[in-house]
Amino acid sequence: MPLSTQSQGDDEQYVLVANLDNARNLSNILKAITFKDHAIFTATTNGLKVTVEDSKCLQANAFIQAEIFQEFTIREDLVAFQINLTVLLDCLNIFGGTTTPGVSTALRMCYKGYGYPLTLFLEEGGVVTVCKINTQEPEEPIDFEFCSTNVTNKVILQSESLKEAFSELDMTSEVLQITMSPSQPYFRLSTFGNAGNAHYDYSKDSDMMELFKCTETQTNRYKMSLLKPSTKALALSCKVSVRTDNRGFLSLQYLVRNDDGQICFVEYYCCPDEEVEEN
Amino acid sequence: MHCIVTGGNVKVLAKAVHSLSRIGDELYVEPQEDGLALRSVNSSRSAYACFLFAPLFFSRYSITSGDNFRCKMAIKSVQSVFRSLTTLEKTVEKCHIDLDKQKDRLTFTLHCKHGLLKTHNLSFQDSESLQAVFDKDSYANVFRAQPRLLVDTVVHFPPSLDEVTMSVSDERMWVRNHVEDEPEASKAMLTELCLASDEFDHFAAQAHNSVTFCLKELRGLLVFAESTGLPVSMYLDEPGSPVVLSVTDSVLEGNFVLATLSDDPSLRKNSSKGAHTAAPPPPDDFMNDDMDSYLIAMDTSIAPGPSNTGPPPPSLSGDTRSKRPAAVSHKARILIEEAEEEETDDLDRLPNKKFRSLFFGSVLPPSSQLSTQPMTSQEVLASDSEEEN
Repeated sequence: MPLSTQSQGDDEQYVLVANLDNARNLSNILKAITFKDHAIFTATTNGLKVTVEDSKCLQANAFIQAEIFQEFTIREDLVAFQINLTVLLDCLNIFGGTTTPGVSTALRMCYKGYGYPLTLFLEEGGVVTVCKINTQEPEEPIDFEFCSTNVTNKVILQSESLKEAFSELDMTSEVLQITMSPSQPYFRLSTFGNAGNAHYDYSKDSDMMELFKCTETQTNRYKMSLLKPSTKALALSCKVSVRTDNRGFLSLQYLVRNDDGQICFVEYYCCPDEEVEEN
Repeated sequence: MHCIVTGGNVKVLAKAVHSLSRIGDELYVEPQEDGLALRSVNSSRSAYACFLFAPLFFSRYSITSGDNFRCKMAIKSVQSVFRSLTTLEKTVEKCHIDLDKQKDRLTFTLHCKHGLLKTHNLSFQDSESLQAVFDKDSYANVFRAQPRLLVDTVVHFPPSLDEVTMSVSDERMWVRNHVEDEPEASKAMLTELCLASDEFDHFAAQAHNSVTFCLKELRGLLVFAESTGLPVSMYLDEPGSPVVLSVTDSVLEGNFVLATLSDDPSLRKNSSKGAHTAAPPPPDDFMNDDMDSYLIAMDTSIAPGPSNTGPPPPSLSGDTRSKRPAAVSHKARILIEEAEEEETDDLDRLPNKKFRSLFFGSVLPPSSQLSTQPMTSQEVLASDSEEEN
């Protein structure tokens, strides 16, 4: 493969080298979290984590495990940098992002370390492009302190039905209210818009409901503007888990299958809106 | 009021709402003894549409009789309940419509597959009665065609086109775009189609009339008719008299009433040749029009008393009314302010202003005659200023 032979000798200088036969396996999942320009890349031996945050209230993470890559070499315990995600996506799609079967863009991503740009070698049909994107000092991602021991309510739904609800959400509502309860209405999404209010209720016995574990009735409101970007992740996913903890923090985890059928995860954490009303 | 719509009828109801949205911004809801009436009117009052769903359309239809309840709400809100027609078809099993008078809310509950329940609580406002008075059965020309024929006809006209002129003779119907006040006829593009009577399911042209009306509002009905496969009946009378288009089946009736331009002799044509210089229509002379049978009645009182009660519940055949001056006089309340404004119209006004004047202006005799005018079919009562919508 032209890409690997090219930089064989240079490999020593890179702290991170990641190869993908199909760049879409990275770009598609990154699209699910592109609601801000900048992202924090964190790489460990487990793989790559890309984090995007908004107003200290919302955090989205995309996980691409090392196994997804054809080659994933890391010479330090942790490699982290901040980069312009929009520019990165433009580069990954530099060949126009055609979906002709059998034709894909190959990617080799290399990083020399602190202060160096991220180098992308992209190849399609014998044409090679080299992109160097400047990196910045990585900010510390917010720790939402969301741990499974504090989870009060959890459901896992098939994305199909949730997609329908999200596409119909009344966008004139400032908040999205999520009610989870061991009794009726079990799992409810509510909006309060100009026309009136709307409720989407999922029964715990629904065949779309794969898991239903609710210990107490909780109603929390989240800013619609913060949750709207999660629809992109929902669109890519086949399953989603919705969890709230005792503080009302929301965790949405999306199971995404890439072009080759491999599983990646995207998760969103969101703080509840300040005025919480118990219904 | 509590009613339940099941199966495919949910989509029909949704389509009716969407087609009413092409007329006006508000949906008037009135549960009646003979069914649920959904109506809309445009801002210039030159287009009106009503869908009446018989009790049999519903799997359950129960109203508080003698209630005379009616309300209106933003049509966009109702459209958001029925946003995606394909999703409706695939997933909605039934739709409950409930009225909560205490909270001024109309609740639409969609029971969908996979145990999903969608509840929409929409707030409404009390509204005046909205009912057009027209007697399509008395019209000279009646046609009925499959919606495909009309859809194929209007597709030739650009979406931006405002008006079309429909002319009929014994065997033919011509449809062409209406060109008015064009400074240079050579710059205007004229499109004309000719339809033969055998393309229609029913073609009865007793009077060779030529009427001009707004095409845009018609399209809403055509979309509904085409998707439900119901034939469209058209009722044409003289210019100035509104054109009525309706779709009917055993459980629903939809009527679209569109105003037409008043008589202009230059528009009558006997030949199928196009390209004539369109002379500007004569100045509106409201007293000349014969307005008996088609006044749009706006009852401006919010809480109608017995004397102001809306017309007797319409029969299933629609909002037809016989030509009885007495009945008309109850309902002919026209805004003087609006009509006076129209009298000073110059001919360069937008066409829809002209349409409005047809509904209101001609019913208004000069103010000096108001007090002395005997009670005729052209009864006008000066009303207090209406809170517009």
